Amino acid sequence: MTDKKIDWTDYVKQTAQLLKLNLDPEHLPGVVDNFTKIEEIASLITEFDLPEEIEAAPKFEP
Amino acid sequence: MNTQPDAVAISNAVIKGDLKAQDIVSSCIEAIAKRNPELNCFTATFTERAISQAEQIDFQAAKGNHPGIFAGVPFAVKNLFDVARVTTLAGSKINSKNPPAAEDATAIARLKQAGAILVGTLNMDEYAYGFVTENSHYGVTVNPHDKTRISGGSSGGSAAAVAAGLVPITLGSDTNGSIRVPAALCGVYGFKPTYGDLSRAGTFLFSSSLDCIGPFARSVRDIAAVYDVIHGYDDRDPICSKRSPEMCLPELYKGIEGLRIAVADEYFTTGAEPEALEAVEIVAQALGVQQRVSLPESHRARAAAYIITAAEGANLHLQRLRSRLEDFDPATRDRFLAGALIPASWYAQAQRFRRWYRDLLREVFQQVDIILAPTTPCVAPPIGQKTIVIAGEEIPVRPNLGRFTQPLSFIGLPVLSFPVKLPGKLPLGVQIVAAPYNEVLILRVAKALEKQLD
Repeated sequence: MTDKKIDWTDYVKQTAQLLKLNLDPEHLPGVVDNFTKIEEIASLITEFDLPEEIEAAPKFEP
Repeated sequence: MNTQPDAVAISNAVIKGDLKAQDIVSSCIEAIAKRNPELNCFTATFTERAISQAEQIDFQAAKGNHPGIFAGVPFAVKNLFDVARVTTLAGSKINSKNPPAAEDATAIARLKQAGAILVGTLNMDEYAYGFVTENSHYGVTVNPHDKTRISGGSSGGSAAAVAAGLVPITLGSDTNGSIRVPAALCGVYGFKPTYGDLSRAGTFLFSSSLDCIGPFARSVRDIAAVYDVIHGYDDRDPICSKRSPEMCLPELYKGIEGLRIAVADEYFTTGAEPEALEAVEIVAQALGVQQRVSLPESHRARAAAYIITAAEGANLHLQRLRSRLEDFDPATRDRFLAGALIPASWYAQAQRFRRWYRDLLREVFQQVDIILAPTTPCVAPPIGQKTIVIAGEEIPVRPNLGRFTQPLSFIGLPVLSFPVKLPGKLPLGVQIVAAPYNEVLILRVAKALEKQLD
């Protein structure tokens, strides 16, 4: 679920600054496009109701 | 393409004295020099040291000593494996200025100890981020079956080198399908064992939660033999399993009687071209499999794998993204940058979902021993193609080639991509999947199939 109110370009610019990433204005559309895709994909897991007791495996044992 | 002897056959001939390792290596290097300009599998070859090792092998064989199960067998590795005195590229221009590696990756050292001879390193997507091996620094590795098409990736050079008959065995790495996808598109065997089973020490990682290494080969017994030689605990890899290794080669011919095999349903039957699903049916029919099994929430498993990969990959490269941005491959640059911006909560949720999905599939494996699924949704797309039309929908090539591989590696399952080659058609692959640490079962099924379908 994409929140239409979020300005992803602004998010990308601000967060990149926080991480000390110097984004070339030329790269910005590509990064925003990729981030928008990531957000869509992430919604599949963020919207999923995980039981509270499920914890990430500290050392992953398959 | 399958008429050449496999690695075990070559080795047997060397041990018996029917072939000289030096001749094998010389003709291998010659073939690479002749065909690599067109195929672009190799990014480096090591003629001098390969010949020198071959001389040693021949000397040992002449003395009646056993030089190892891979005596005189040439092999090559994806260029993210450390090779002593060589700079590890990991498909990048940035790493090309790094100092040379001090020692061989564990997997290489173990293969060499078994008599195998390293002849070169192989092309890949930059930092393993891709399914295509269209690398802006080192060029495209073309598909030996159709040179207008991609070899798949990110271990494209590893798959194409075996498919072209340049070397009988290679090594690659698989985070989301980077062994299985190119293996399928090039029509060779590609094996991604259980997460943590084979040491990754001395390889340039991508997403540590998911990264595995594994072999490509033209026969099941070669896959089994490489696995047997490489596996075993290694304290240089923090996630390497301490389980006692189970040898596959002696078990290969035990057949499939009593094994519960099922075809993955639902998610694994959608979003694919009919021929990819037909390949699964051909394999199922050969094994007499009727049963279907559902792996619920696999689309979310794929999503979670995507988030973990993007976040971990970006974190690994953060310093380089700050200082060397202009030297990244444009195909990976924006993806890495976007991954760096992922909120921590999304990543944590993906890791927790991983545990949940693992528990779910553990239950599934109470009912079945082996699951069959397509490897890719389509045959190798043309080079440069950005989108593919699958089931009437136009979707981007790069992420979607891993549609069926990603949910399985997400929870570290062992998977072999079994090649299916129909006359006049481009190759495809079928994933043979088992519960963790059941590599032997997978290879027993593959051996039975190889006999029927090859």
